[in-house]
Amino acid sequence: MSIEYLGLSEINGPLVVLEGVRNAFSEEIVEFTVNGSEKKLGRIIALYEDKAIIQVFEGTDNMSLVNTHTQLTGHPMEVALSPDILGRTFNGIGQPIDGLGNIPSDIRRNINGLPLNPVAREYPRNFIQTGISAIDGLTTLIRGQKLPIFSGDGLPHNQLAAQIVRQASLGDGSNEKFAIVFAAMGVKYDVAEYFRRTFEESGASDHVVMFLNLANDPVVERLITPKVALTAAEYLAFECHMHILVIMTDITSFAEAMREVSSSKGEIPSRKGYPGYLYSELATLYERAGIVQGVEGSVTQIPILTMPNDDITHPIPDLTGYITEGQIVLDRSLNGQAIYPPINVLPSLSRLMKDGIGEGYTREDHQDVANQLFSCYAKVGDARALASVIGEDELSPIDKKYLKFGERFEHEFVGQGQSENRTIQQTLNLGWELLGMLPKEELDRVDTKILDKYYQPAEEKKE
Amino acid sequence: MAKTGVIYGINGPVIYLKGNTGFEMSEMVYVGKDKLVGEVIRLNKDTTTIQCFEETTGLAPGEIVEATGDAVSVVLGPGILHNIFDGIERPLSEIAAKSGKYITRGVSVDSLDTHKKWKTHVTVKPGQQVTGGTIIAEVPETSAITHRSMVPPNLSGEIVSVVADGEYTITEPIAVLRQADGTETELKLAQKWPIRIPRPAEKRFPASAPLVTGQRILDTLFPIAKGGTAAIPGGFGTGKTMTQHQIAKWADADIIIYIGCGERGNEMTQVLEEFGQLKDPRTGSLLMERTALIANTSNMPVAAREASIYTGVTLAEYYRDMGYDVAIMADSTSRWAEALRELSGRLEEMPAEEGFPAYLASRLSAFYERAGHMQNLNGTEGSVSIIGAVSPQGGDFSEPVTQNTKRFVRCFWGLDKGLAYARHYPAIHWLTSYSEYLGDLAPWYKNNVSPKFVDDRNQLVAILNTESSLMEIVKLIGSDVLPDDQKLVLQIAKVIRVGFLQQNAFHPEDTCVPMKKQFLMMETILHLYRKSRELVAMGQPMSVLLEDPIFDKVTSIKYDVPNDHLEMFDDYNKAIDKFYDDVLARNA
Repeated sequence: MSIEYLGLSEINGPLVVLEGVRNAFSEEIVEFTVNGSEKKLGRIIALYEDKAIIQVFEGTDNMSLVNTHTQLTGHPMEVALSPDILGRTFNGIGQPIDGLGNIPSDIRRNINGLPLNPVAREYPRNFIQTGISAIDGLTTLIRGQKLPIFSGDGLPHNQLAAQIVRQASLGDGSNEKFAIVFAAMGVKYDVAEYFRRTFEESGASDHVVMFLNLANDPVVERLITPKVALTAAEYLAFECHMHILVIMTDITSFAEAMREVSSSKGEIPSRKGYPGYLYSELATLYERAGIVQGVEGSVTQIPILTMPNDDITHPIPDLTGYITEGQIVLDRSLNGQAIYPPINVLPSLSRLMKDGIGEGYTREDHQDVANQLFSCYAKVGDARALASVIGEDELSPIDKKYLKFGERFEHEFVGQGQSENRTIQQTLNLGWELLGMLPKEELDRVDTKILDKYYQPAEEKKE
Repeated sequence: MAKTGVIYGINGPVIYLKGNTGFEMSEMVYVGKDKLVGEVIRLNKDTTTIQCFEETTGLAPGEIVEATGDAVSVVLGPGILHNIFDGIERPLSEIAAKSGKYITRGVSVDSLDTHKKWKTHVTVKPGQQVTGGTIIAEVPETSAITHRSMVPPNLSGEIVSVVADGEYTITEPIAVLRQADGTETELKLAQKWPIRIPRPAEKRFPASAPLVTGQRILDTLFPIAKGGTAAIPGGFGTGKTMTQHQIAKWADADIIIYIGCGERGNEMTQVLEEFGQLKDPRTGSLLMERTALIANTSNMPVAAREASIYTGVTLAEYYRDMGYDVAIMADSTSRWAEALRELSGRLEEMPAEEGFPAYLASRLSAFYERAGHMQNLNGTEGSVSIIGAVSPQGGDFSEPVTQNTKRFVRCFWGLDKGLAYARHYPAIHWLTSYSEYLGDLAPWYKNNVSPKFVDDRNQLVAILNTESSLMEIVKLIGSDVLPDDQKLVLQIAKVIRVGFLQQNAFHPEDTCVPMKKQFLMMETILHLYRKSRELVAMGQPMSVLLEDPIFDKVTSIKYDVPNDHLEMFDDYNKAIDKFYDDVLARNA
């Protein structure tokens, strides 16, 4: 048994300092025994000769400089994995909380993961049909992609994520193995419960692994939760050869936790008090999505983050946008008009879309339709701005057509039912139907051949 | 033997050693029992500070750090092209072969293949006086590029002996050099050079030829010279990476060094895959044959990210010394600046603006100044052009990295969110962008494209500027009330924006457009403008002009005229003349 250290030399927020430590290493996990009974876990975050700075996951409540015994475990943060984790629920640091006992397994993985070698990656190209027009048509989700939902408080991001889970998992009916890893960081009990119920109702709950760190759980645990979840996801994907969809909510809580710990460490803050390594930390989460060459299985991520004050330039959405392969942005004014899902398509983007659509994947006209819809909808904004100044009646006939187009685009193309599952064909045809409201010469983003094949003016159709 | 030190403290990638170790600044060190690669960044009497290029998890105080005696250097020799490296020139495919799909720590691999035998033609003779930079051997590195091995810049003297032409590895001696002091040095195909020191050149030339990229908005409106510097700033999703990919694919440089600095892993995979399939239109060989990739993705260690930029530019200078035109794509310099900030924070340095260290500006300028069109030590001419993406936080160009970069580059291609939202790509905004090279390059355009080129280009920009001021009015009162001549300006500006500036990277004809076609497109648009203006001046209303599909026809020239059928432009000019006659005939 390793040495037990008595007492601590400093306690500051979630951090404690232990002196006289021998043979400790960076990132090692330590076990605390408080008052002889209560057990806590911690992680060494910095070392200066025999002095270790340790982050306590469960918080430092009840700890004093004298009542704590500390033991080094000799290994970095690890989690036990086996295919049996499917259908189970864990807390934020990977301990079972569903009363079904521990995971008996010899397979233990370091939760920090390792960077995937770009040479070993396979470029993602397989389209995932979510049945949601705004996503399938305009910001296509690709297997192995990381596509976050940028949302705000009070917007239906959870419903949207749940709908993606339901429809994407039941979509093609193929025999590929599919599972969901759900990581909750600092979310409300209701939200976690909503997801649990959704998984149950869609019959997927035995294919779901849940890692829950709720709003009242210790803050430091939140820094670990997504890493544990992604370690589980990587294991299931690349060792059990399943296709994994990882839902992580809410990244904002994760970043806030990082800020809290950073400030108690006395680090120099960069933007809005967040530490300078926020980008690197977020990247180590998001970059764990992907596909490996020659290995069946994939990790697709849908992180959810609530933009503080709906501000997309806030460091958290901003840095996320620079790492992820696109984003789906929810909009409060669309939500106000009772349009579901309230996806604002203009700032939304899927970077991997271009290579996963078109002939052989979806349909030859997909890219052109998407470009044209974006371009036309951007003009709707100009027409609306003008209308608000000079009044709708004074608009030129073409601007009036754009206004009508915008109206139908928002209500019929973007808007759809929470259980409405559209095929990609339906989505693209609907796109052409809407484009038919505009004169042919306005459609400048479409290749002439495609335009001749698919374009039908709205009037002609009525006849 | 090698100097050593003992680890005292560890804070993320920063490692402290106790006492005066005798290490040198910027010296490369091996840290701990796993022999992680690191660099000395600060020295004082009591502590030595080291930044570690690999993940430090598991490192413990008391472990030994070993000095190598060399500054952090790269190996320069055949085998660089058609390869992908991490930030400190370790080949990723070798790492994958050794440690599987993940990049593990302390992997020891050679930068370049030391077993491969290169077909070598020796170009020096015994008795010949050589100086730094003299080409000693030629090796066909790829089907597109002949590699020229040189005498390292700091050596000169007399060649004592050479080997016969034949097949040699990069570690076998090719020639023996006797320096003035009598010491003899074996010259090999490969040499080492420290990444933070620019390779010397004889002198700089002023900009004289553009780096032709096949992208209309760049080549025609805001050209970059060979040996020039450009910045592409833009918020996320505005197309920085796409623009860099397009330039890397189609630019008329001999060599492309693509640095993925703190960016997405999938993007590097995509470049690797795509460039391994696409053919260079000029040489007919694969694009990868002229490309070297440096991938330090965002989740790879931050200190190596900081080094990756220097590694890239050193490789570029090496090929410049052989007489090649090299273009560097650095995507993105903001991630590099953030790496500086992160390390600076760990060192507890006093931050300047937004937490960035005060030396940000000097580091940026030192980097961009390594670009240039040079006369090399061996008399050849070569150039290094640097095109750096900048990722400003929140897309706000007033942040320190964009502002400081702007001071040191001469070409600024500002990406615009509004254009990107409307999927107008490339989303380079014509009002915020500029190129200071235009004046330098005017003679080139005159001699190589057309004497009218610069004039036409200026007319195009003038129309776009007029449009922008007219749009201010339109936003307030609508376009219907404008007089017809102004309506015409709006219409022509639309033709320019959609038909000329917008370019479809996925369209086989439109993805890369030769200079000649760019010029003819410009001429056709301006011809249409002149003819329409005459009609309007004669009192023909715009509504009548717009009945003719000629405006749409000219807009879709980019798709309808193939790049190798430029004679079709005559038909367009005839069609414009016919349109002019028709309108007059109908409404006389």
